[in-house]
Amino acid sequence: MGAVERSREALPARGAWEYASSIEGRDIVSLEERYGLFIGGRQVTPRSRSWFTTFSPSTEEPLAEVAQAGAKDVALAVDAAREAFVPWSAWRPAERAKVLFRIARILQERARELAVAESLDGGKPIKESRDVDLPLAAAHFFYYAGWADKLEYAFPGRRPRPLGVAAQIVPWNFPLLMLAWKIAPALACGNTVVLKPAETTPLTALLFADVCRQAEVPPGVVNILTGDGSTGAHLVRNEGIAKVAFTGSTEVGKAIQRELAGRDIPLTLELGGKAANIVFDDSALDQAVEGIVNGIYFNQGHVCCAGSRLLVQESIHDQLVRKLKRRMATLRVGDPLDKNTDVGAINSKAQLDRITELVQSGTEEGAEIYQPPCRLPEKGWWFAPTVFTNVAQSHRIAQEEIFGPVLSVLTFRTPDEAVEKANNTMYGLSAGVWTEKGSRILWMADRLRAGVVWGNTFNRFDPASPFGGYKESGFGREGGRHGLEAYLRFE
Amino acid sequence: MSQTLALPRALELPGGGRLPRVGAVDAVALEARAAELAKRSIKRESKIFGLELAIRMMDLTTLEGADTPGKVRALSVKAMQPDPADPSVPAVAAVCVYPSQVAVARRTLRGSAVKVASVATAFPSGQASLDVKLADVRAAVEAGADEIDMVIDRGAFLSGRIGQVFEEVVAVKEACGDAHLKVILETGELGTYDAVRKASLVAIAGGADFIKTSTGKVTPAATLPVTLCMLEVIRDVHDETGLVIGMKPAGGIRTAKQAIQYLCVLHETLGIEWMTPDLFRFGASSLLNDVLLQLRKQRTGIYRSPDEFTLD
Repeated sequence: MGAVERSREALPARGAWEYASSIEGRDIVSLEERYGLFIGGRQVTPRSRSWFTTFSPSTEEPLAEVAQAGAKDVALAVDAAREAFVPWSAWRPAERAKVLFRIARILQERARELAVAESLDGGKPIKESRDVDLPLAAAHFFYYAGWADKLEYAFPGRRPRPLGVAAQIVPWNFPLLMLAWKIAPALACGNTVVLKPAETTPLTALLFADVCRQAEVPPGVVNILTGDGSTGAHLVRNEGIAKVAFTGSTEVGKAIQRELAGRDIPLTLELGGKAANIVFDDSALDQAVEGIVNGIYFNQGHVCCAGSRLLVQESIHDQLVRKLKRRMATLRVGDPLDKNTDVGAINSKAQLDRITELVQSGTEEGAEIYQPPCRLPEKGWWFAPTVFTNVAQSHRIAQEEIFGPVLSVLTFRTPDEAVEKANNTMYGLSAGVWTEKGSRILWMADRLRAGVVWGNTFNRFDPASPFGGYKESGFGREGGRHGLEAYLRFE
Repeated sequence: MSQTLALPRALELPGGGRLPRVGAVDAVALEARAAELAKRSIKRESKIFGLELAIRMMDLTTLEGADTPGKVRALSVKAMQPDPADPSVPAVAAVCVYPSQVAVARRTLRGSAVKVASVATAFPSGQASLDVKLADVRAAVEAGADEIDMVIDRGAFLSGRIGQVFEEVVAVKEACGDAHLKVILETGELGTYDAVRKASLVAIAGGADFIKTSTGKVTPAATLPVTLCMLEVIRDVHDETGLVIGMKPAGGIRTAKQAIQYLCVLHETLGIEWMTPDLFRFGASSLLNDVLLQLRKQRTGIYRSPDEFTLD
């Protein structure tokens, strides 16, 4: 009678529900064939007379040619920023706030265009650039616009003053968002900036130059230099700068710190990570699985604070791993512009090689690999979501930052052991704790040496919340009131 | 630490399977996941598949004080052929009515595959003695109901008398005989997702074939997060015991767009195996016409006037 008996029989296979492609149109972005440098409020031809091509990592198609800024270009940009600093730092703070508010509004108005450009150039899924990168970038400008005329209240009795020209170097994983993290507080405090976007993702920074024009940012206040590592090196060496802020690899961060030795230039470094995502046996398991997935497969794992080490209480290991693998099988890997894509393309061939090499080391060292069945596109750079079980703390995949969609699962027995294992790394950027017991979250947060500890969530960002690392993950804080301090001196 | 559900007796499920731990639900992350799945962009042939499936999964419902034989007959006719202009549109799964209207629906639907579902057990409040509830169930079954939608006693559940809730489900299941049992939790009255999870397990342990969100008489009725929460229970029960339990969100689902969102949540939680009217139903009254309208649009490219679709 009833449509179904309560049965334990295997369910019949019913084919599949394939989602038809739902591609975000790319016509909204009009790219020029060739971009110069943005210096003194104008697009200028590089003195270096040299250009390079930026590619779409999902198709390997060339998108545009961008300038390779050389030593002379860097000098010109810093000069323009120094010249602009004098009037800009003397602007009434409320007027500076207006400029930042305008930038924020324009980012919102042009959000779709910028999101498509970000996904094209960087390979990240459009749903992430649309729902995370762009809203957060605008939020950072809104937030710091609010501080611009309230600096005296942020630091009572300390007379905050701007530093001068800030040299800012940002990575390729969140190109526009990292630009916003850097530029918004610098401008709010009255500095001018020379920003270098990453070599593989210059496009949204170049589009941001147009946003600056629209927002009537005075010429020279924001300068954008595209180029490779040598451009960054010239910038850091320049005598005219007053501040260096870098987000990127620990290796380059160390080189910058050596370069600045003996110079009176404040430095903030936001470097690598190998975060522990710690799951206790009383946690809400299905939601913990979502947090694990978000922690490591968000943005293809190209996230410095990614939860790349899963520390799971041994009593629930099997159940959790089973749930995790099933969830991984629902991840949709493919065209970043498809609105249903969960995992996009690996940002560059070089990064893909590094991920491949580390994953191979994991297999060789005896960890057990799982990748859900998924069809990877033929063109472009791709890596399937990967989880390693039976990982030992001494394996390279448990120690080194992979910066890809690769999770290493380790177990612990007690909270003390979880803390010890979580802290047993050269990094200290973030950590996650999953438990229904509030007091345990606080207990853990006191003991974890990580700049950010998330409780029952992961990869959550807000402009009001400071972000930064311990140990080889760097120093200095971005975001919140703390983020202002990096761009001020005190009289 | 993990708790096991403490029930007075009869906890062992047929076949010796054991219940999953009650476990916990994190409200923020649950709602975030539901919101993320609601953003799936379902187009063209995948949309047509979803819309047709939504019709086949529908329990076309009228539960009003003003229900008459005429109204129920009209609804039943519509259930068999929702779109007279397009015979390729499938029939709905069932017609859902009060016990007093079961006989009318039964007569009208004779010979069709559309089931008759009846609410029972002092619907919607469940505030009556067990004898009255069981009599209500038997009357509906005798009148020809294929499916019984019972309500749990929220008063008992919220005051901690979990054993009573469980025993009522067991008793109703027995009174159902061959009729298939859906247990309504009335999630809008339970207060937390943890309570929804616990009530789902109690209902399943008691013998529910389906668990159902709401009566439609309480706001909020079905929501995406609460449906996701219940689907996760069904998944855990299947993992632990092999039991296959169905799900019915009901109340507040009025648009084709919402229906597709529910199907995405179902698809990405339990998989394609659960995408059948045997294991998933929509309890709805006004949803059907919007699905018909959208289906016509997908097939012809043109939005038709709502007046082209019959009221019931």
